[in-house]
Amino acid sequence: MRQSWWKVLCVLLLMYAVAGGILLPVPRLDIVNETIRNLYFHVPMWFGMILLFLISCVYAVRFLSSGNLKHDLYASEFINVGLLFSILGMVTGMEWAQFTWGSAWSNDPKQLGTAMAMLIYFAYLVLRGGIKDEEKRARISAVYNIFAFAMMIPLIWVLPRMVDSLHPGNGGNPGFGAYDLDSSMRLVFYPAVIGWFLLGLWMTTLRIRLRIIQFDEYNDYPDRLKNETNV
Amino acid sequence: MSLIPLLTLVRKDLLLEWRQKHTLFGVLLYVGATVFVVYIMNGQPEAKVWNALFWVIQLFVAVNAVAKSFLQESQERTRYYFTLVSPVNFLAAKMIYSIVLLLLMSMVSLFLFSLLLGMPLEQTGLFVLIASLGSLSLSVVFTFLSAIAARAQQNAALMAVLGFPLVTPMLMMLGNLSQKAISPVYQPGWWGVAGTLLLLDGLVILLGIILFPFLWKE
Repeated sequence: MRQSWWKVLCVLLLMYAVAGGILLPVPRLDIVNETIRNLYFHVPMWFGMILLFLISCVYAVRFLSSGNLKHDLYASEFINVGLLFSILGMVTGMEWAQFTWGSAWSNDPKQLGTAMAMLIYFAYLVLRGGIKDEEKRARISAVYNIFAFAMMIPLIWVLPRMVDSLHPGNGGNPGFGAYDLDSSMRLVFYPAVIGWFLLGLWMTTLRIRLRIIQFDEYNDYPDRLKNETNV
Repeated sequence: MSLIPLLTLVRKDLLLEWRQKHTLFGVLLYVGATVFVVYIMNGQPEAKVWNALFWVIQLFVAVNAVAKSFLQESQERTRYYFTLVSPVNFLAAKMIYSIVLLLLMSMVSLFLFSLLLGMPLEQTGLFVLIASLGSLSLSVVFTFLSAIAARAQQNAALMAVLGFPLVTPMLMMLGNLSQKAISPVYQPGWWGVAGTLLLLDGLVILLGIILFPFLWKE
């Protein structure tokens, strides 16, 4: 992950996604109009969030099998950045809803589901904040992390599909893929998804490196003190 | 997983409950007082409000009654159990105890509801079945979260913070399911929702069995 090619790729993809997202032609549709360009920003946030949470869950499993505290650090930082993505996804979605559905919050099942998913992960932060002992915090939060991920998947993928929703692809509405997401939009959409996800990954690796430095300094401190007293 | 330690543990918890009685009567008083307050303030509500009130009260009863399952065990006693039984047995026993307790509570609250708030049910049998399914769902989720809260040495407040977002979709589904017992409207996909809820319960139990051994170790 220390290599730089994927960071260059991330910057290039995002520059292309922002420029192409604003300039390239999009289908003309009633009501949605030009706000369809939000697709390049709103949807990649959710893709990014789910992927980041998934990676975090994988690190939680690895922590439980290895007991290595670094895996716990990885898991918690992936959740922090995933939560940032979820907040951005919520804000862009509410802005979009303001223009197309008439109000920012309309109790749409998917809005409710994702709000619940966000609460579940905020509870993870509360849980971590409440435990002092590092080993114990790591183990308990890893257990909750796996549990939360397994509960989140039905919450945002299965339940909203069983009831009526304003979102495309739910409750009898045709999905964007059906006819709106034409091939010219795909050319921007997929690079945007990859670009935003790589940005999330980059942010997480920076935070993890910072935390590892802090962690090492903290752990080295008694040794340094010991050396000084020996002299 | 052998059956004898499991049954002994369940028996111990139920016996303890019966001898101490303070949860039992505390929760009974809690349900009675809530229903009575609703009755005094509002009289007999219409069917839809009745349904919502029933599930909200079930939620709070579950938090109060099930929270105790792990939080009542002292750390020393947990260590003692650690030497005696397997973690899966211990969790299963606690789950069964919570389910029994909550089943009883939901039947009592249904009785009090029908006494004070009227009986808008068209199909009482179906509603009892759904209330049992609800007790099962709430018990298994809160039992596992109570184990997490107890390991984190926290109080029931942490359990509520962890639990409310997780059980809200379950309550949403239960509310939808019980609509069928209240008004004879045509509900497409009723079995689908019921099946999803059962699958979700299965998932929670499975995750609990897989993850609990990690919680239990010190």
